[in-house]
Amino acid sequence: MSALCIRGLRKVYGNDFEALKGIDLEIQQGDFFALLGPNGAGKSTAIGIISSLVNKTEGSVEVFGHDLDREPEAVKACIGLVPQEFNFNVWEPVAEIVVNQAGYYGIPRKEAWQRAEQSLRQLDLWDKRTVMARNLSGGMKRRLMIARALVHEPRLLILDEPTAGVDIEIRRFMWEFLTDINSRGTTIILTTHYLEEAESLCRNIAIINQGEIVEHSSMGGLLQRLHTETFVLNLKGTIAELPELGGYVLDQLDDCTLEVEVTQDQGINGLFQALSRNGIEVISMRNKQNRLEQLFIDMVESTRKDGEA
Amino acid sequence: MNNLSRYWIAFSTIITKEFLRFIRIWVQTVLPPAITTILYYVIFGTLIGERIGEMDGFRYIDFIVPGLILMAVITNSYSNVVSSFYSSKFQKHVEELLIAPVPHWVILAGYVGGGVARGVVVGIAVTGVSVFFTDLNIHNYAWTLLVFVLTSILFALGGFINAVFAKSFDDISIVPTFVLTPLTYLGGVFYSIQMLPEFWQSVSLANPILYMVNAFRYGLLGVSDIGMGLAISIILLFILGLSSFALHLLRKGVGIKT
Ligand SMILES: Nc1ncnc2c1ncn2[C@@H]1O[C@H](COP(=O)(O)OP(=O)(O)O)[C@@H](O)[C@H]1O
Ligand SMILES: [Mg+2]
Repeated sequence: MSALCIRGLRKVYGNDFEALKGIDLEIQQGDFFALLGPNGAGKSTAIGIISSLVNKTEGSVEVFGHDLDREPEAVKACIGLVPQEFNFNVWEPVAEIVVNQAGYYGIPRKEAWQRAEQSLRQLDLWDKRTVMARNLSGGMKRRLMIARALVHEPRLLILDEPTAGVDIEIRRFMWEFLTDINSRGTTIILTTHYLEEAESLCRNIAIINQGEIVEHSSMGGLLQRLHTETFVLNLKGTIAELPELGGYVLDQLDDCTLEVEVTQDQGINGLFQALSRNGIEVISMRNKQNRLEQLFIDMVESTRKDGEA
Repeated sequence: MNNLSRYWIAFSTIITKEFLRFIRIWVQTVLPPAITTILYYVIFGTLIGERIGEMDGFRYIDFIVPGLILMAVITNSYSNVVSSFYSSKFQKHVEELLIAPVPHWVILAGYVGGGVARGVVVGIAVTGVSVFFTDLNIHNYAWTLLVFVLTSILFALGGFINAVFAKSFDDISIVPTFVLTPLTYLGGVFYSIQMLPEFWQSVSLANPILYMVNAFRYGLLGVSDIGMGLAISIILLFILGLSSFALHLLRKGVGIKT
């Protein structure tokens, strides 16, 4: 069953700006899905429509088989939303924010408190339950929004740039947390700027640019299409001049750092054999650039060219 | 779980939230009307009232009690909803409700309920103050309560509509300052319209608040410038009109959806 099925979704904002140009998207139940795209691509607009915050202009949205126009309440009951910007009452204590949200979903007060406790404990916020939301740190505010989104145990959790502006430790915590709830059955959709995040978390992705889906595939399939990767090698000892490595394109950054391009056909084994032959020892190696990032740039650039042509 | 019990829980959640909101800031919400009322009693009732003598057969200070209570209820029901709903737009936490399976009428009822709750709490505070200064006797309990609650609902609805249209904090104080306060003062809180020249009597009849003040005064004192049937019809008509308009605005998403 698909958790989300979008057909021909268009959004024209009041000022005649077409933010979504008829997108199609299908996400399976249990998936961990990334919606990628540069700023202004239309990610938040799409999420706004799915979660009833933005009125669509055209097209259809189905969530677990419920049509948004015909059964809006059934759709809403399935979704938990973590929006891009903080949208809780900063003058309310943490626990009440979560308890109230449960109430809006029809969960009786007593049970709402139990669920809020569970939710807040999961996100390490139970100690802060009586604190006014305005006194939380940025990372805590993000986690509060996640706790709030989970209190009614949604089948589909949507997070709009959940780790933007969050320090690395909390980002790791969130990654682990999301992986865990996904493995226990919650379908997750997230948008992100950090491609690394999508790469390490998500199984399937779509890339959206200027209101259009330019790619919709599995993460693995996408990475395979990346032909060349650039690695940075840190060497033991120094080298005077560039060695001849039979087909690998090299660049010397300094005495003990090499940059090498490896195509998919070449593979990395051959590279190391060639290095050994030349008596070069490698201490460590890293990707010059996030591979997905590279792909992403290529893809966005190619659609831009298509647009101009 | 059936829909109605779900809606009921959502409704009581909104009311509870609203109640806790104004109770938490009681120094800004409940205390001021009590103090203002004390001042009115001291100045108009005791100092000046002694020289005014009787009005409609009552001591002046007793005559103004119903109007003062109702004035506090009107202002507070209105301002509770206008500031709470406006700030829920401003801080975006109205989205918590928009994403949840809650119909518009439940959202409206919840906020209006919050306004009525504030009206009731302030009403009790002001009535409590009145007991110290006046001989408070209630002529007709049921009628008093009915007019009290309906007036509170009416102005809570007004506050809601104001909040929907408001785009800045200035916009939420314009109506209370330039419309509500004058209409209340001219609505017979401090005088019987029989005292006015005929022309101004007829003009006063166009002021809806006059009907509420008089209906409420009838409940407390048993005297009124207006027929009770007319008064209650006008109140009900306003409630009907304002709630339909508010629901229409919510349905269209005015001010809250793009
Ligand atoms: N309320 C609005 N009115 C007009 N234009 C908007 C509104 N919201 C977003 N947009 C425009 O729609 C485009 C997509 O925005 P958004 O969905 O927020 O992108 P993303 O989340 O991918 O960064 C942007 O160009 C943005 O300026
Ligand atoms: Mg966005």
